Amino acid sequence: MKAKIYVTLKRGVLDPQGKAIHASLSHLGINGVEDVRVGKFMEITLKEIGVEEARRRLDDACRRLLANTVIEEYRIEIGG
Amino acid sequence: MKTAVLVFPGSNCDHDAYHALKHGIGVDADFVWHRRSSLDGFDAVVIPGGFTYGDYLRSGAMAKLSPVMGAVRRFAEGGGPVIGICNGFQILLEAGLLPGAMLVNDSLRFVCDFVHLRAGTDRTPFTRGIQEGTILKIPVAHYQGNYYADERTLSSLEERGQVVFRYCDPEGNVTRESNPNGSARNIAGICNEGGNVLGMMPHPERCSEEVLGSADGRRLFDAMVAWLGERPA
Repeated sequence: MKAKIYVTLKRGVLDPQGKAIHASLSHLGINGVEDVRVGKFMEITLKEIGVEEARRRLDDACRRLLANTVIEEYRIEIGG
Repeated sequence: MKTAVLVFPGSNCDHDAYHALKHGIGVDADFVWHRRSSLDGFDAVVIPGGFTYGDYLRSGAMAKLSPVMGAVRRFAEGGGPVIGICNGFQILLEAGLLPGAMLVNDSLRFVCDFVHLRAGTDRTPFTRGIQEGTILKIPVAHYQGNYYADERTLSSLEERGQVVFRYCDPEGNVTRESNPNGSARNIAGICNEGGNVLGMMPHPERCSEEVLGSADGRRLFDAMVAWLGERPA
């Protein structure tokens, strides 16, 4: 079973990398971009422990290690 | 009087701290490998700078799980003096021993330079006798030193006298221009509520003798020694 975890800076927390990339896209003439947020993507392979149990463990993992909830938020996708 | 200098995989200011303590100040110092789970026999703890675990995931995110950090937590709870410098500060934040988090510098550049700090409180063991408003010249060297906390936490830090250092100009004015990394409210160092745990991005161990361009860093370690000397056994 695969799980995908997306970690991004919270809304309201300045993302200097996102800002720099946004500016670079404009320099390339790629317009119409409103905002860029840079984050982390983690792909985790799980043993068959059931979706609910997987979600519980991954949520615990995010809160205790994978994300810093002072500045980041996370999203977990299971399956696929 | 014996000080512990913690060593994690990727610590690289451990020898500087050891040198400043042992040869500069003249107190006993020992390296303590991160796998150790006891700090018995030590009177103060230094968590030095570096790039523990290559800054994987986030600065300090891996190091906070090392066995020695459990010992640091107990040591801090017992009122023992702990100073985290640069990556050591980041580890203390990740471990939840201090509030807030670090973002990358707002310039997106690694900043390596002397800065000026304005002292905000003399209540920590490392700033004992350093009056509020004192200006210190101490170098920084980091990419992720942009201190962040939500507004409520920032106000609470100020109300409780936990802002130990702010970036300032040579005259002591806390200005936007003197902020090297975008830190909220120019914060360069904070302490816990008890005052015994200090985290700071600038490196006092790198400026503890005049030949290094400033000896202001020595004042923090001198203060620590004086504090320990006054502490009831």
